[in-house]
Amino acid sequence: MTTFTLDDMRRIMGGCAGVPESLDLADDIGEIPFTDLGYDSLAVLEMAARIQQELGVRIPDDAVDEMKTPQAAVDYVNRRLAA
Amino acid sequence: MTEPRPDRRATRPVVTGIGVTAPNGLGTHAYWQATLDGKSGLGRITRFDATRYPVRVAGEVTEFDDTEHVPSRLAVQTDHWSHLGLAAADMALHDAGVKPGDLPEYEMAVVTASSSGGTEFGQREIEKLWSQGPQYVGVYQSIAWFYAATTGQISIRYGMRGPCGVICAEQAGGLDVMAQARRLLRQDATIVVTGGTDASLCPYGLVAQIATGMLSPRDDPERAYLPFDTDACGYVPGEGGAMLIMEEETAARARGARPYGAIAGYGATFDPRPEPGRQPRSNLGRAITLALREAGVTPGDVDVVFADAHGTPGHDLAEAHAIATVFGPYGVPVTAPKTMTGRLYAGGAALDVATALLSVRDGVIPPTVGVRAADPACELDLVRATPRDGPVRNALVLARGHGGFNAALLVTAP
Repeated sequence: MTTFTLDDMRRIMGGCAGVPESLDLADDIGEIPFTDLGYDSLAVLEMAARIQQELGVRIPDDAVDEMKTPQAAVDYVNRRLAA
Repeated sequence: MTEPRPDRRATRPVVTGIGVTAPNGLGTHAYWQATLDGKSGLGRITRFDATRYPVRVAGEVTEFDDTEHVPSRLAVQTDHWSHLGLAAADMALHDAGVKPGDLPEYEMAVVTASSSGGTEFGQREIEKLWSQGPQYVGVYQSIAWFYAATTGQISIRYGMRGPCGVICAEQAGGLDVMAQARRLLRQDATIVVTGGTDASLCPYGLVAQIATGMLSPRDDPERAYLPFDTDACGYVPGEGGAMLIMEEETAARARGARPYGAIAGYGATFDPRPEPGRQPRSNLGRAITLALREAGVTPGDVDVVFADAHGTPGHDLAEAHAIATVFGPYGVPVTAPKTMTGRLYAGGAALDVATALLSVRDGVIPPTVGVRAADPACELDLVRATPRDGPVRNALVLARGHGGFNAALLVTAP
């Protein structure tokens, strides 16, 4: 079964939303809110769109609202993949 | 609109920082050296295969690498035109020695000019829409195309929360923003980031420009853009521009800044609606007169005119006539360094102001390249081929925007 990892999330974040100047994506960023990392709501929306295209899972807008951290996004995607 | 604060009525706006992203030089020093050397940035379009387009020569900023000059978080959400503007603004702030974090956030303003907005970004997203579907269109399309995007991103990047805006008046907008910046200094702003860039050399952007019928169809970059020449055949489009830091003189000197020069006068007019069977009438001459009057200088005080230099015979003649009416035939040195960059639209006049300030600083008039057979009907003392030594105390910059905008701005020694 496909699983979505934090490294997958890092790749998507950097690829579609860029990397804030003060951030190293390789750091332990899983539990840090996107807003603290330097990603606004538009950036998270873009990440969700890329995940949907890559994995074919649907992510409704209200689910995007709940993805406060990279780990929360990873967990959500894995729940969808397992369902 | 807010009334000027009483203590700011006599504001003398000075320029303390310059940032340049031009086809013939990235950074003020490289650009100015190339310009004095007569080194052109015009060439065959490399951004895409333009072989089958009716316009194949342009001024591309080839040295510019978006990923190197713009932080990636910003780069993904902005068009190439904003990248050029962001890079220029950063250079200008460094040049001025301004540290935005040390200044009151509501006293820093941003006013830039834009003519095309984010066409390259837009084209990319439209291609995704057609070939892959709407879910593939990136969210940043919503903000990247927008004329005010460069202003907004500069404002966000540096925490400049004072008055911000954009002016769209094609080439004239690059001067109009300086007037607006000056207005803001008379109100609550302490420093203003101003100027403009444009970059619309993708297929979609180029096609939109070609529709005017005024672009040069020639393949030889040295013969493609020849304003005021009997062989003039249209203009070459370019990308890039300049950003300036404008401050009130007393405050600038108090913090130890060294101004390049002051904005001494400005005039803007609009052409009358064209009428069938009548020659188009130009109000450019009145813009010149207004700028000189406001600056309190006579035509004889002006050391050089940076021409709009459209490159189409009718427009060239109208501009030459306006200049000769105010200054007399062959009455003032005239130059068009934009023959080395192409017309940069909103970026063009801003770059001309930067060039005029460098001209004042160094006491030298940069050349107009390419012109061999100056049109005798134009009656201009065109500075050709090599620079002409100054002194340059007062430099007048002219700009006309497609559709009838005219603007004139006088910069003067600090």
